[in-house]
Amino acid sequence: MASIVPISQSVGANRIIPTVAIPHPLGNPALSPGEELEVRRKLVDKALTALQTDVTEQTVF
Amino acid sequence: MAYKVIHYINQFFGGIGGEEMADRRPEVRGGAVGPGLAFNKALGGQAEIAATIICGDNYCVGHQEEVARLITDTVAQYQAEALVAGPAFNAGRYGMACGLAASSAEAAGLPSLTAMYRENPGLEVYKAGAYILPTTDNARGMGQAVPAMAAFLLKLLSGQKPGDAGTEGYFERGVRVNTFYPEVGAERAVTMLLKKIKGQDFKTEYRMPVFDRVTPRPGVRNLAQATIALVTSGGIVPKGNPDHIAASSARNYGAYEIGDLMDLTSDQFQTAHGGYDQTYANQDPDRVLPVDVLRQMEKEGKIGRLYHTYYSTVGNGTAVANARKWGEEIGARLKNEGVEAVILTST
Repeated sequence: MASIVPISQSVGANRIIPTVAIPHPLGNPALSPGEELEVRRKLVDKALTALQTDVTEQTVF
Repeated sequence: MAYKVIHYINQFFGGIGGEEMADRRPEVRGGAVGPGLAFNKALGGQAEIAATIICGDNYCVGHQEEVARLITDTVAQYQAEALVAGPAFNAGRYGMACGLAASSAEAAGLPSLTAMYRENPGLEVYKAGAYILPTTDNARGMGQAVPAMAAFLLKLLSGQKPGDAGTEGYFERGVRVNTFYPEVGAERAVTMLLKKIKGQDFKTEYRMPVFDRVTPRPGVRNLAQATIALVTSGGIVPKGNPDHIAASSARNYGAYEIGDLMDLTSDQFQTAHGGYDQTYANQDPDRVLPVDVLRQMEKEGKIGRLYHTYYSTVGNGTAVANARKWGEEIGARLKNEGVEAVILTST
């Protein structure tokens, strides 16, 4: 889970989830606490889906 | 008449501010700013900085197409004949930004170059698209970097085709150029082989690329039974940073128990990372390490268990060799403990 996808690709990560922003990859201080939690949950959900998915090469979810 | 050059720099070298200004939108100023003054001196009147583009590093990596467009527009507006970016040293996002600037200008047909430290992630991403010269890992190397960059830029501007990477000193771009040799390939190969057998030095004509790739593991089959661990390079540590993980060029990592914590709070956790604005991570460390959400999912039965310990370091100018070693250690420890999958978060 990272904000600069080309770096994740260049270091060889196989399952990549693009995130919100560099200083707050899994949050967004501009949102209300409830909305922010929802954003984080969606991203982690995506990560769990990625972990369950068979991939044959580097994949951005 | 002096050649006109556009210079790309970030918010820090532009004198606007540090991490708190990393989201700053790009601006174009006439003439030289910051390191541009040293460039003007090194260019010795043969070329000069016509305008400087200053852009926040976060903004640039988040808006690459927009910044690339601004670069080509600025070149056109000032009728510039070349572009120079940086130098970026070992600043990762700045390296990405400088690589983007130099490669966009080159793609538009303009002589261009940048410079950075050999471990800057911008190098791997952009070396095929731009001339990138080596620098030291920090700005103390400005005094050597600028004259070398200026000399190379003048060479490009004079229309001379640069020689190969080894001779000219730029990082290999992975471009093959036809060359005539007095001996045929078979003779050269045998000569090389004989040298190798004798244990003598030899120089290959085509280096095989080294890809740091691993075969992907199959997907997790039964998530509801699986133990998931968290690992981060975002520097989340217990308050006070007990293992003294350095804000940049970290030399260690930490293992921290989260026991039955439901949530990472600002009174117990903080970030030790010196490469991004810490405000948001310190307000709520779950913004970097999502313990709260994984606890919810554990409770709902979506995952089996969140592993009781997380691993953390600071990914900011960290030596690649160290990072690789720590990754192997952490992976082995987690595997031993029966952890089935890991979520890595990075800032």
